[in-house]
Amino acid sequence: MTCAVEFSGVTCTFASRDNPEQRYTAVLDVSFRIEAGEFVSMVGPTGCGKSTLLNVAGGLLEPSTGNVRIFDTPLSGVNRRAGYMFQAEALMPWRTAEQNVLAGLEFRGVPMKEARERAGEWLKRVGLGGFGDRYIHQLSGGMRKRTAMAQTLILDPDIILMDEPFSALDIQTRQLMENELLSLWQAKQKAVLFITHDLDEAIAMSDRVLVLSAGPGSRPIGEFKVDIPRPRDVAEVRSHPQFVRLHAEIWSVLREEVLKGYAQQMKAAA
Amino acid sequence: MSGMRLRLAQLAVFGGVIGVWFVLTEPGLIPSFYFSNPHQAAFFFGQPVKVFGVLVDWFVSGSIYKHLGITLFETIMAFLIGTIAGLAMGLWLALSATAAAILDPYVKALNSMPRVILAPIFAVWFGLGVWSKVALGVTLVFFIVFFNVYQGVREVSPTLLANARMLGAERSGLLRFVYLPSAMSWVFSSLHTSVGLAFVGAVVGEYLGSAAGVGYLILQAEGTFDINTVFAGILVLTAFALVLDGAVSFFEKHFMRWQPKAGETEKL
Repeated sequence: MTCAVEFSGVTCTFASRDNPEQRYTAVLDVSFRIEAGEFVSMVGPTGCGKSTLLNVAGGLLEPSTGNVRIFDTPLSGVNRRAGYMFQAEALMPWRTAEQNVLAGLEFRGVPMKEARERAGEWLKRVGLGGFGDRYIHQLSGGMRKRTAMAQTLILDPDIILMDEPFSALDIQTRQLMENELLSLWQAKQKAVLFITHDLDEAIAMSDRVLVLSAGPGSRPIGEFKVDIPRPRDVAEVRSHPQFVRLHAEIWSVLREEVLKGYAQQMKAAA
Repeated sequence: MSGMRLRLAQLAVFGGVIGVWFVLTEPGLIPSFYFSNPHQAAFFFGQPVKVFGVLVDWFVSGSIYKHLGITLFETIMAFLIGTIAGLAMGLWLALSATAAAILDPYVKALNSMPRVILAPIFAVWFGLGVWSKVALGVTLVFFIVFFNVYQGVREVSPTLLANARMLGAERSGLLRFVYLPSAMSWVFSSLHTSVGLAFVGAVVGEYLGSAAGVGYLILQAEGTFDINTVFAGILVLTAFALVLDGAVSFFEKHFMRWQPKAGETEKL
């Protein structure tokens, strides 16, 4: 199997803007691989540098040391083979849903007619057929996430980076979106790096779960293979015996880190 | 209040003001209580009937159109040049931290300077024709647009930028697809102010020295103590400003459709 993403010894240190002497190491000596077509989730306590790692994988952030290889090529600049779904709102409010979905094609110089056709298909695929002419403020939170998903996936990236994409949604919409994502992924088999703070979501969706230690200087401290058969339904899979066993196993590792992370934040606040 | 009754009430206010003006200035209508001569009130405050007569004369003879056209031309040119220059400068300074740091004190100094004192200099540089008025209007419009664009570009959300970069936008693409649309929304939100100031620049410029334009008509009438013509000029300018503002609102509605309005509900 080819390796889609390979981190070796990645460390990210940030200098404080007000006081350059003060340094903060978000992630320390992180190494992991994601195979092509593999769905990997990363869980960890808040503030453990999950988004930092994702930004490094997307090529938006250069690591202080270490290197990243994408399909055996060293990464420099923006990762052209990756699509990135952000946690925060990233749609362009002055564009309609359709214009947002076709933005990536437009930036790449695809003829407008073809771009519109493909955007129309994708809008239908994420259940937004007929909503293409709506502006972003006219869409609900769930519809915006669908638009963002179509916007990312229309470029058919080989690697999909997702930063807690569904964390702002209510539980019903969320399960619906998770299932949709899974069926889209099943059809295309892309490498996915999925970040979440929700352990249930991580186990239900992934082939593999990585657990990150509490920051600063966080790194993967546990790796769990999820061998629940696919296709899965995120709601039903929760009662699967494998799921229950894995959940207990991962939580025993994660709990300590969550408490550590919490204690550190309390200390920093005091 | 319903639309029709609201309009009637607004009309009543207008009629009332004109009525009071008429009663207080018409010689011999009421005994004068302040001036010793009954014609003095009319001399200082004009008479609505005569003001109306001047207006009718201007529009029937058509002599006003040339002056209105010149004032309108100056306003539009000042608006266009000021907006384009402000947009370009705002984008440049917002995207280049070094240039912004170097030019910052000069921008602040130029902005806090009272622009009207430049009018005589512009008259020397550009003559007494339309361009000295355009220049004055530009100095007013430029800073409004500049500060709005500067703010608009710097407030583009970093996530939105990162997203556009991940979708394949290079530097020129970011400028065209992200910075410019974002800045334009700020330009449009300041449109009422900048069109208004372009108009002020044109009229003040004319008033300070010119050979044509509505400001020039007012200046001429003032020189001969013809208060009725001064009032007629002011009325024309006011009506004109309202028309300009209406045009701006029309464009705003068309171009700012994507912006949420407070309390807007739309059935899906």
